[in-house]
Amino acid sequence: MTALVARALTAGYGARGVLQGVDLVLEPGVLVALVGPNGAGKSTLLRALAGLVRPTAGAVTLDGMDVATLSRAALAARIAVVPQTFDTLFPFTVREIVALGRSARLGLFARPTGIDAAAVARAIDAQDLGALVDRRLDALSGGERQRVVLAMALAQEADVLLLDEPTAHLDPAHQIGIVRRAAELARSRGVIALAVLHDLNLAALADRVVVLDAGRIVGDGPPATALTLDLVTRVFGSGLAVAQLSGRTVVLPR
Amino acid sequence: MTRAAPAIAILAVALPVSLAAGILVGAVPIAPADVLGALFGTADQSTATIIRDLRLPRVLAAALVGGALAVAGTLLQGLFRNPLADPYVTGTSAGAALGAVGVIALGGDLAATIVPLAAFAGALVSALAVWQLARLGGRTTVLTVLLAGIILTSFAGALVTLLLFASDRLSLRLRAVLDILSGGVAVRATSELVVAAMVVALGVGLAIVLGRRIDAFVFGEETAATLGVDPERTTIAVIGAAALLTGAAVALAGLVGFVGLVVPHALRPIVGATHRTLAIASFLAGASVLVLADLGARSVFAPAELPVGVLTGLLGAPFFLVLLVRARRREVA
Repeated sequence: MTALVARALTAGYGARGVLQGVDLVLEPGVLVALVGPNGAGKSTLLRALAGLVRPTAGAVTLDGMDVATLSRAALAARIAVVPQTFDTLFPFTVREIVALGRSARLGLFARPTGIDAAAVARAIDAQDLGALVDRRLDALSGGERQRVVLAMALAQEADVLLLDEPTAHLDPAHQIGIVRRAAELARSRGVIALAVLHDLNLAALADRVVVLDAGRIVGDGPPATALTLDLVTRVFGSGLAVAQLSGRTVVLPR
Repeated sequence: MTRAAPAIAILAVALPVSLAAGILVGAVPIAPADVLGALFGTADQSTATIIRDLRLPRVLAAALVGGALAVAGTLLQGLFRNPLADPYVTGTSAGAALGAVGVIALGGDLAATIVPLAAFAGALVSALAVWQLARLGGRTTVLTVLLAGIILTSFAGALVTLLLFASDRLSLRLRAVLDILSGGVAVRATSELVVAAMVVALGVGLAIVLGRRIDAFVFGEETAATLGVDPERTTIAVIGAAALLTGAAVALAGLVGFVGLVVPHALRPIVGATHRTLAIASFLAGASVLVLADLGARSVFAPAELPVGVLTGLLGAPFFLVLLVRARRREVA
């Protein structure tokens, strides 16, 4: 079975290590929420998993292959990242942005094939963007734009989907919407999915929650198991309370 | 995308029309029939000289310069995700001018290929420096690109002045130096035009091939990487292509400002943002625009000729101001 694995992963910028020996196994079919306080190393872990940051020790492997040894094009065919910022001053259309997901499959001189066009069409359908394909990205609402970049990542047809704070620019209803979409994609397509999230209540919508603190994993499991009052207090301080509400874990101000 | 094809068709028709206008109009009135006669070798000696040795090379050079600058502007705007970038404001042109003036100071033969080569080298070093300077201490933004451009333009300008001051040779060739600094299209030999045409063809070809890779930079270098495009290699290839185009333009016409900025900017709402299409449209439009601007520059004070760079500067600077204000509003919003 496909798996994205971090083993004794240590990484960071300059002398200061941000990740301190992280061990993590990500498997298909579940959405993993990665949470932790500011500066815990969430984005660095996501970027290391995507092969964007070279580990100073340890490794990230996909099906046993070290991602550091793969070319950008080979990585993009296996791992898709939904970026955190997606602003542009240029009038790209929705279809053009989604088609960027096929960049890795096209040689310098190659034209997009029917396979590429079909992948783009599927991604557009999956995110209900059919009515918007010829609209300019900068003319869309925040929620619509988030769906466009998700569709761009889907068009890569990768085995791994990494989402970097996908809820950052959205209102609460769209925040829940995007996390549900990601969870649904993981289940229905059997992809490995991980989302960096700030909001613990959104994280509780995922199948599995990984808690990162000071570069180490301190909690890992289903929401109810990972987000205990004890752990939440230890990591985020004493200002929070944890409750169970109709079978769901919720985190509230104390 | 749907409007791109008709727009490119119109531009492809506009270019030969502009070229014809550039050849037909000049300080000495010549009837269209005699112009045709001169081109096909049946006119009298003086008409043939004016058309074949003066107007035709100048018009072709203007077309090459305008097309090259507009495509270089397309490349730099896409690479820096910055609608305000072009060879002129990023200091790439200033670096090319420094290279050209430098070899003239060293005694390089004006007509030889050494001037374009030095201009290319100067453009390449400047564009690489802008890329590195603009991302010092974090993210590349519209502002850091412009600031890096100011630094390079000032530095290159100071070095040119220093060369002028220190070199006896340059004071003897002040006219050639002034041509470079003021942006006048001047063709000294046919070989110069042929070399420039080949370099521009290579630069435009690279721009078309690299277009889709540049599209992948829309959300930044890191997203380009996760889309499967190697950011470093692509950046160096794009900068190399922009330097080829800028070097050729500066070798032919010196510092011609704002064509590279305005042309892609004006075309984007019509032909769309994808860089392959934009590069093709920008070449055609940039070539036409500079042929017509040069025609204007030759006509305003005829028979005296204004350097075309003066005209593009006068028209382009206010346009740049409007774009800057609009870009600032959007960045704040």
